Amino acid sequence: MLRSSAWKLCRVGQKSLQRQLEACSVTTRAAVFVGADYPSTGRGFAANSHDVFGQHRDEKGNTISTPFDFTDANYDAVADILLRYPSNYKQSACIPLLDLAQQQNNGHLTLAAMRRVAMLLDMPEIRVYEVATFYTMFNRSPVGRYHVMVCGTTPCQIQGSDGIYEAISNHLGLHYGQTSPDGLFTLSEMECMGACVNAPMIAIADYSNGVEGYSYKYFEDLTPADAVEIVKRYKDGEKPEMGSRYRSKAEPAGAVMNGKWTPAQKTMPTLTEAPPGPFCRDLGEMPAPEQPKA
Amino acid sequence: MLSKLARTASRSRVQQNLLLPSILLPQQPFQSSAVTSQQAAPAEDHIEVKVNGSPVQIPKGSTVMQACDAAGIDIPRFCYHPKLSIAGNCRMCLVEVEKSPKPVASCAMPAAPNMNIKTDTDLVKKAREGVMEFLLINHPLDCPICDQGGECDLQEQSMHFGSDRSRFTEMKRSVHDKNLGPLVKTVMTRCIHCTRCVRFATEVAGVQDLGMVGRGKDSEIGTYIDKLLTSELSGNVIDLCPVGALTSKPAAFTYRNWELKNTETIDVSDAQGTNTRVDSRGVEVMRILPRLNEDVNEEWLSDKGRFQYDGLKQQRLNVPLVKGPDGAFAPKRWPEALEAVAQGLQGIAGNEMRAIAGKLSDAESMVALKDLMNKLGCGNLTSEGGFPDLDADVRSNYVANTTIRGIEGADVILLIGTNPRIEAPVYNARIRKTWLEGTQIGLVGPEYDLTYPYTHLGEGPDALAAMLGGSDFFQKLQEAQHPAVVLGPGILSRPDRDTILQQVHELVEKAGVVKEDWNGYNILHDAASRVAALDLGFLPSARAQSAPKPKFVYLLGSDDYSEEDIPEDAFVVYQGTHGDRGAPRANVILPAAAYVEKEGTFVNFEGRTQRTKAAVPMVGDSREDWRIIRAVSEVVGRPLPYDTTDGVQKRLADVAPHLGKVDAVESPIWLNGEYNKAFAERAAKAAEAFQQPFSSSIKEFFMTDAISRSSQVMARCIQSRKTGHPKSATHPGAFGQDAAAHAAADM
Ligand code: SF4
Ligand code: FES
Ligand code: FES
Repeated sequence: MLRSSAWKLCRVGQKSLQRQLEACSVTTRAAVFVGADYPSTGRGFAANSHDVFGQHRDEKGNTISTPFDFTDANYDAVADILLRYPSNYKQSACIPLLDLAQQQNNGHLTLAAMRRVAMLLDMPEIRVYEVATFYTMFNRSPVGRYHVMVCGTTPCQIQGSDGIYEAISNHLGLHYGQTSPDGLFTLSEMECMGACVNAPMIAIADYSNGVEGYSYKYFEDLTPADAVEIVKRYKDGEKPEMGSRYRSKAEPAGAVMNGKWTPAQKTMPTLTEAPPGPFCRDLGEMPAPEQPKA
Repeated sequence: MLSKLARTASRSRVQQNLLLPSILLPQQPFQSSAVTSQQAAPAEDHIEVKVNGSPVQIPKGSTVMQACDAAGIDIPRFCYHPKLSIAGNCRMCLVEVEKSPKPVASCAMPAAPNMNIKTDTDLVKKAREGVMEFLLINHPLDCPICDQGGECDLQEQSMHFGSDRSRFTEMKRSVHDKNLGPLVKTVMTRCIHCTRCVRFATEVAGVQDLGMVGRGKDSEIGTYIDKLLTSELSGNVIDLCPVGALTSKPAAFTYRNWELKNTETIDVSDAQGTNTRVDSRGVEVMRILPRLNEDVNEEWLSDKGRFQYDGLKQQRLNVPLVKGPDGAFAPKRWPEALEAVAQGLQGIAGNEMRAIAGKLSDAESMVALKDLMNKLGCGNLTSEGGFPDLDADVRSNYVANTTIRGIEGADVILLIGTNPRIEAPVYNARIRKTWLEGTQIGLVGPEYDLTYPYTHLGEGPDALAAMLGGSDFFQKLQEAQHPAVVLGPGILSRPDRDTILQQVHELVEKAGVVKEDWNGYNILHDAASRVAALDLGFLPSARAQSAPKPKFVYLLGSDDYSEEDIPEDAFVVYQGTHGDRGAPRANVILPAAAYVEKEGTFVNFEGRTQRTKAAVPMVGDSREDWRIIRAVSEVVGRPLPYDTTDGVQKRLADVAPHLGKVDAVESPIWLNGEYNKAFAERAAKAAEAFQQPFSSSIKEFFMTDAISRSSQVMARCIQSRKTGHPKSATHPGAFGQDAAAHAAADM
C-alpha cells in the first residue's frame, strides 16, 4: 500500500519534471541538466512557455550592462505615446513603451530595455519588472523572428488545438518553448486570446523587421493543414493575411470540426434559435424546495 | 485613562504582529473606536452596525474589520496591517454581511450604517477553511525546521481553520530563494503573498526594491534582479512577514521562540530611544525586536539596533586589566585594579584631570562620574562628539522640541546639515510619512538619498545665509502654519557652530518657527548618551578652558575621543564594555556592563527619559558603570553619597528633575528673543562661518559605537553595501551620460 502510493508520487514527480523540461528553452534545459544554480520553477504549462524564470538571469546579451536605447525614430513614437496620458500619470505608458521596446529589440525585453522604460517614465525599476513579468505578451528571453503562439485554452482545445500544435510542432520540429536553430520560429502555448468564437486559432508575432514591419496577427478557424501552410508562408518571407480562413468574421457559417472546415448545416446550432439539446437537466423542471437548515 | 486604554490595546496589536497568536488576543486596532463604543452615545461622526447581532458604534469610514474589532470579535488576517495600506489579498478575513451575495473581505470593506455583519456562521467558517486550504496548497509545511514556528500566524490560524489532511495531490511549486543581503533570510516557498513586505518597503522604508513578479501560480516576491535590500529598516520585514518566508539571517536556526526570555527595554544604537524587546536564552541575547510605541518608534527598529547584538559577544572586556611597566596588560582582581587607579591619581591636581563620556553611557554613570570629578576638583568634563562649549543652559536649545511624533504635524520641514536616514532611520521614516501626507521638505547640506524627494537648497553656510536673504523656500517656511527646522548633529561639532546656530536662530525667528502652540526647532542627536550628558551638565566648566594639559584621563566608554584630548604621557583609565579604540590606550581597564545587562537611564533626542533593563547577566567580572565609579570614589577617599540604584537615580532627579520621570517628555521652555541676543553676542566673538559644506556626523551607519564595531553582522552589512550584491551593484555602461542626455533631449 505504502509502496504503491510512493510509486505514484514518483510518477507524478517525473511527469512534472518532464513537463518542466519541455517548457524550458534549449539552453536552460541544458542548464537544468547541468544542474548548478538553475533550479526549475516548477512551471508546468506556463502561459508563455519559453520564459522559464520569474527572475532575471544574466545571459549573453542580457546583463545589467547590456545597453539599450530607443532609436531616434522610436523616440518620436515614445513622445506620441506619452502624449496620450496626463503628464502626472506618465506611468500609464508603461505597457505601450514596453511593447515598443520589445518590437525594436527583436521580440524580447532585455533588462536594459525595462530599465530604460522605467527611466523614461520616472518609475522605480521594480514596478516595470512587475508589469513585464505579469503580462505574458512580454518576452524576457530571446524569441525567433516569428513567434508562433498556439491557443490551448478550453474552447480552442475542444475545437482541435492539440492537432494544430502537433502539426506545427512536427513541421518545425519544435516543442513548446523552443526556438528553431535557424532562429526563425519560437513555438509557445498561449492562454485564451479572445478569439474563441473562431477556434481553434493561433497568433503569430512578426519581429523580422523592427517596429515598422511588426505585426501581430490572429489566424482563426484553422485546420492543421492551414496552420502548417501559414507557417510555411512566413518561412518564405510572405505576410499571410490574418483572420479566419473560412469566413469573413464570426458569422455562423460553419466551424472547424475534427480538423476539417464543416459548413453550417441546418442542424448546427446558432444563437438565433433555441438550442436543440441534449441538455444536462430539464430546464423546465421546478427546483427542489429548499431543505430547512438543520 | 483613555490613553492608558489605548496603550494596552495597541500593545496587544503589536504582540499579534510580532509574537503572539492573533487569535488568542483581543484586538482593537483603532483605539478610539474601541473606547467610544464602550461609552455608548453615538456621536454624529459615528455609525452603528451590528456584529453578530449586537450593535456597535464605530467612526465613519471604518472598515468592517474595525467594526468587528470594536465589538471585540477577532478576525483572522494575514495581509492587513494597521501601519500599511490595505491590500485585501489574502482573503482570510472573510465575513458574512447580510444581503451581500458572497462573503466579503472585512479588512477592505467599508462599513455602512446598519450593516449586519456575521462572523460566526457556517458560511464564514467554510469560507475561511477554503482560503486556508488554498494558502496551504503551495506551502511547504516545514514548520519543524522553520524559524517562525511557534509564532507563525499561518500555523496558528491553521489550527483553527486548517484541515487535518490534504486533498492536494499535485506537486507543490518551488520558488527560488532570494538573496536580500546579510540580514534577511528568505525561504520563498513559504510565502503566502500577503505583500506586507512589499508594502513596507514601498511605503515606510521608501526603497522601491521589492515587488511581486510573475502572476498566478508563478508569482514570487522578489527584486527581479539580484539586489540588496538597501534600507536601514529592512529588518522590519521579518516582523511583518506573517509566515517564515522572511526570517532573520544572523539568528537562523539558533533558537526556538518559546525558549526565550523577553525583556522590555530600549535601544541605544542611536538617539531615538527605540522601544525594544530583548529576547535572551541563558546568558545570550538571541534577538532584538521593536515594541510598539506610537510616540517614539511606532513599530519599527533600525537594522543596527536589531542586528548588532552579536557585537555583545565579541571583544568583550571581562576582567579588570592593568598595564604593566612592559606595556602588557595583566588581568587583575577588582581591588588591585582600583588600587592602580588610585595610584594613577596620586599627586595629580584636580585641574590636570579630564573625563570623557562615550556614546553609550547611561545617565547614572555620568552623574556619578561628574560628582566624583567635581569632588576631586576637576571640571574638565566632555561628552564625546565635540561641542565642549555648547550652551546647555537652555534645554530647548539641544532637543527636538517638536517631539518625534509631533513632527507629523509639520507642514514644511527644513533639514540643515543632517542625514536623518543614517542618523536616526526610524525618525526618517516619520519624516517620510509626513512627506506622504503632503509636507514639503528642504535640505541644506550635501545631497543624500533620504527615501523621499526634497528641495535641495545648497550645501553649506552660504546657502543658509542666502535663505535668510529671502528665498522661495524661506517664504514657504514663513507661510507655513507649522514649520519645522531639524538641525543635524554634524553642525554641533563644527568649529563655526556658534555662527551657524546664530544664523539658524535668526531664521527661526524670522520665519516664525516657534509660535504660541508650536515649537518647530529641533536638534537631532546621533548618540544615546548625548541629551542626558547635556541635561546633567556633563560639560567643561568655565575654568576648564584655561586648565593645563591633563595628566589623568578617565574614559567612560569613550572610543571616539579626539587624539589631542589625551596627551601622550597621561594616565588613562578606560571603563567600558569592549576592547575597542579606547582600551588599548589605557593604563587601567575596568570592565563594565553593556546596555542589555544593566538598568540605565537614557534620554532620547526629543528629551524622553527611558530606562534599559537587564536582559542577560553581566559578562565575567564586569560591573554596572556607576557602581564602578562609586567603588573608585571609595578607593580614592572621596566616597559618593549614594550606593544603591535608587540612590543614584534620586541624585539624577535632583540634578535634572525630568530624569526622574520615565517615559515622559518634558517640554522645555523657549526663551525666544533673549536667546537670539545671546547667540548674536557669542557669534560676534566666534569665527566667521567656514564655507565648507555641512556633513552628517555619521560616516558609516552600521558602525558607530563599540558594540556595532565589534559586530560581525554589521561588518557584513558594510561589505555587502560596498560590493553591492552579487553582481549588480554598479551599472556600468547601460545608462551612460550620453544616453541619458539623449533621452532628455528627445522628450
Ligand atoms: S514574504 Fe512574507 S511578508 Fe512578503 S509577501 Fe510573502 S508572506 Fe507576505
Ligand atoms: S480559447 Fe482560444 S482564443 Fe479563447
Ligand atoms: S486581511 Fe483581509 S484580505 Fe487579508
